[in-house]
Order: sequence, then C-alpha cells, then structure tokens
Amino acid sequence: MKRQAYSIPYLTWMTIFAVLPLFLVLFYAFTTKQGSFTLDNLIRFFDPLYLNVLVRSINLALVSTLICLILGYPMAYIISKANIKARNTLILFFIIPMWMNFLLRTYAWMTILERNGIINKFLSLFGIKPLSLLYTNGAVILGMVYNFLPFMVLPIYTVLIKIDKSLIEASYDLGANKLTTFIKVVFPLSLPGVISGITMVFMPSVTTFAISRLLGGGQFTLIGNLIERQFINVGDWNFGSAISIVMMAIILISIAIMNKFDKDKEGVNLW
Amino acid sequence: MAEKILDLQNLTKVYEGNTVLNNLNLYVRKNEFITLLGPSGCGKTTTLRLIGGFETPTSGKIFFEGQDITNLPPYKRQVNTVFQKYALFPHLNVFENIAFGLRLKKVSESEIKERVKKMLALVNLTGYENREISSLSGGQQQRVAIARALVNEPKVLLLDEPLGALDLKLRKEMQTELKKMQQALGITFIFVTHDQEEALTMSDTIVVMNGGTIQQIGRPEDIYNEPKNAFVAEFIGESNILDGIMLDDCLVEILGQKFRCVDKGFNQNEPVDVVIRPEDILVTRENNGKLEGYVENVTFKGVHYEMIINSSEFHFKVHSTKMEPVGTKVYLDVEPENIHIMKKVK
Repeated sequence: MKRQAYSIPYLTWMTIFAVLPLFLVLFYAFTTKQGSFTLDNLIRFFDPLYLNVLVRSINLALVSTLICLILGYPMAYIISKANIKARNTLILFFIIPMWMNFLLRTYAWMTILERNGIINKFLSLFGIKPLSLLYTNGAVILGMVYNFLPFMVLPIYTVLIKIDKSLIEASYDLGANKLTTFIKVVFPLSLPGVISGITMVFMPSVTTFAISRLLGGGQFTLIGNLIERQFINVGDWNFGSAISIVMMAIILISIAIMNKFDKDKEGVNLW
Repeated sequence: MAEKILDLQNLTKVYEGNTVLNNLNLYVRKNEFITLLGPSGCGKTTTLRLIGGFETPTSGKIFFEGQDITNLPPYKRQVNTVFQKYALFPHLNVFENIAFGLRLKKVSESEIKERVKKMLALVNLTGYENREISSLSGGQQQRVAIARALVNEPKVLLLDEPLGALDLKLRKEMQTELKKMQQALGITFIFVTHDQEEALTMSDTIVVMNGGTIQQIGRPEDIYNEPKNAFVAEFIGESNILDGIMLDDCLVEILGQKFRCVDKGFNQNEPVDVVIRPEDILVTRENNGKLEGYVENVTFKGVHYEMIINSSEFHFKVHSTKMEPVGTKVYLDVEPENIHIMKKVK
C-alpha cells in the first residue's frame, strides 16, 4: 500500500500533462466551434490541398531518414570499431552539438546558405554567380539530416558494440570473409538499432515546423506548419486538433510496422 | 605412427608485455584426440586461438599438413571451432546455423538439407531444424554448436572448454558422445579444458600446460602414473607431495623413514619431491615399522573414504574403502612402484 503512494506524484503529472491534453485534442478534433459533435474537421483534411501537404511532409521525412541511415550506419560502424578512448571522444562529438539550442543551430545554417552567406561568398571568389540555396527542399532536408543524424548514429552504435565478438569469430571460422560476415552476421544483428534509428529520425522529421519555416522560408508548407498555423494564425483549434490526430495515427502505424521488424524487441528506443 | 597434421614450432605470444605463451613446440597426429590441460591463464586457449587463426603469434610458426598457415586468416583454414559459449547466431534458426558454413561453400540446397539432417541425427537433435536458438537448453545449444562445426567436415576440430557450462550429468554424457563422434568420424580433435578428469576420460594425448609452457605430453595413463614434476602431479588427480632425500638408487628417505622405490639416476643425498597418490597409501593398525600417525579427519566420498592422517606433522590425504575412526593410531606404507620421485623445480 505504502509503495503505491510513491507513484501518486507521477500519476498526477501524467494526468495533467499527458492524458488531459490528449483528451482536449480529441475533444476539439471531434467538435464544432460551438461544441457539438462533428466529423467535419477530419473530413476537411482529406482535401487534395491538405493531402499534398501530408505527402510532401512524408516524402521529405523519408528522404532525410534515408540520408541519415546512409550516413549514420557507416559512422556508427567506424566508431564501434575504434578503441575505447577514441570511441568515447567520437561519440562526444556527436552529442556536443545537441547541447546547443536547436533553433540556434538552424539559424546558423541560414547564414551559411543565404544569398550573401558563406558558401556563396566562397563561390564568388571563383566568379560563380550566387546560388539560391536557402528556401529550397534541399535546405529543409539538410536541416533535418543535420539535426537528427545523432538519433540515427547512437542507437545503431549501441547495438553494434553489444554484438558478441565470438559471433564474428564464429563466422570467420565457418569460412566467411569480412564482407560476408558483415552481410550475414553483423548487419542482421544490428537491425534493432537501425529500426530505432529510423523511428527516431522519421518522427521528428515528419512533424517538424521550425526547420521548414526557417530553411524552407514558409513556401513549402509541411504538416507541422499547417498545424501551427491553425492554432496561431487562423485560430481554428478544431481543425488543428484534427490534423494532429491524423498525424498521431500515422506515427502509431509507423511504430507498429517498425515493431513488426524488430521481433526481438532489442531496439534502443529513447521514446 | 600416424602422420603429423599440425605442427606448432617455437610459438610465443606476448600481450601488452605479458608472455602468455613461451616458445611452445607441439605436433598433433592425424585422428588424434589431444587435450590441452591446465589452470586458467596457462596459455591453452591462446594456443587454440592461434591454431584457429584468431590471433597471430608474436614469433614462431604453425604448419598444417606441411604448409605454413601462420598468417592465414581463419576463413581460409581447414579447421573449425566449437566456442566456449557456443557463439550460435541468434538471428538464425537451428537449420540455418548448421548450414552457415555449407552455404558459404556454395553447396547445393539438396545436399545442404541432407548433410544438416545427418548432423542433427548425429547430435540427437532430429526434428529441431526450425527451432530458434533462444528456445534451446544449454546442452542442446552445445550440440548445435558441435553440429555447426562438424558439418563442414574439418580436418581438425578445435573445442574451447565446450562442456564448461553444462551440469555434471550432461557433461559426462557429452564426454562419451564426443569421444564416440571423434572415433566414428576420424577427425582430429584438439580439446581445451581445465578439468583433469575430463582430460583423462577423453584424450589419446594430454598436454599439461602451465605459465605458457608445456609441462608434460603423454598418454593419460602416463601422465597420471608418471607425472614429470610436482605441478603435473598436483594438477592431475590428488596427491601428497613431500620433501625427500634420495639416499641411493631406488632408496628414498621420507619423514625420517627409508622407503624402497623404482627411480634411479639421482645424485646421492639429492633433495627431491616425492609424490604419492592418496589411493596408494596402505593403512594398517599393526606396527609395520614405517610411518606412524593418527587419523585427524574422515569424510565419506561415496566410493571411498577420505582420511587425513597426521604423521610427523605431515597431513597425508588417504583414500580407502576401509574407514578408521578419528583419533586411531595407524601405520602407513607405500609400495615401491607407487612412490614417484621428481627433481625439485628451481
């Protein structure tokens, strides 16, 4: 009895800050401004105008997740092969930028990419005309990859260093060379890390609104921006809530799909 | 004598300044069951890893059927290993674990099926093809590990303390089975263990190691009956090791008493180590003019009693089927051929 008392502060916290808001979002999503039940908010979202926003968001998130995977897996692999001292230093390099403010890091990219930014100034030395780098899809993807890459590297790295060395020796022993051993043993065993990495990059990418507004200049509306606008500019809380619900459904479905792959539940989920 | 399959020459391995293997010379004959026996840190596992190709020696050479394989990577060697903790692939089922080596050799699918099936029958796991590794018991995983190595028909099978994690009964069963498999398949087995009983039960040849050097190589009977030095005597079976003085050929003085023995060739009055097995000490109540003592402690061990008998403050360990109660005054004697004389190790 006494022990259960310890959980009361946490339960209270979760009720006020997680359960209650969730019910509020649900309430707004299924009601009109006057407070009567309706499905119109949800139905309204399935307008091609908004569906395009959804598709664009998912596309950009998929591309940046893929780039993070292609860049992040070899990085994680190289770090896991280094000796302990070098390993910790390298991991620290990945974590230090995360200590800086997220917006600050994104603003920094603006000054690098803009028309009078560092890259264009450097190019002008060679007589190349300034390129419009900022406010493009590429800039948004760059921002996502830059910000979310550590979320790909860390879970893969954690799984890689946990792989029993004797399994790799067993593979060599049975006649596999280094490449075959990687394909047949190391990579399959690191899949749980890859899956957590994908989940942890895809989700913030698909819902981001800051990166797309700063680096995309607001001309590419993503789902995050759409939600933001309903609450801040338009003041249509009901529609905003409905889009949030759709978003949550998409995320839940993608987690469910990912968990299917990760049958051993060995993933390092930080969520 | 069968031909040499493996020849280790002057192998030395130094790890961060520690010499774990010191100028080791050893050859292995075809179809031999050879056991590397010694306490942990004696270099036995290092020797096995050098043969498997997981380590390269600091100096020395390894020859396999006359060819120098010292710097050959493990995947190019015709040896397979059964690892201490099995090292089965957790993401593959039993069938795929065993088929791993065959698939790499591009063996046809139908032949793989047939050979895996045969192996599973050999290790008594017929019908386990589709089981996940995590659903198997330790003993079953052990068998899969053996099958995975043997299915490749290696010329030499390396076994690194493969029975260490099994309980006593299972271990005894596996000892007999391994020995049977080795004889049936005609493959050379190199077995590493710290368990002297295991070594005595299974081996054709035992290599006793300590501190990175070989102490003695021989048949189990020779190692047990004629240990070369006090370390071997103490490590193989239980023994009483006493200080003695060699009075003459075949005459040794122990605890002030003269005993006949069968060893010759020592200097007169040379101090020696005398080794007597606990089961070789004869205990009587009649005064036989030899060592006098009294029973200090008696423990029932199943087949025999273990008595600690104090004679001139030396505590003899004696194994006998006949028990003398604590405090009894007794006399000890040893047959000449059961007294083993060894040069003192400096």
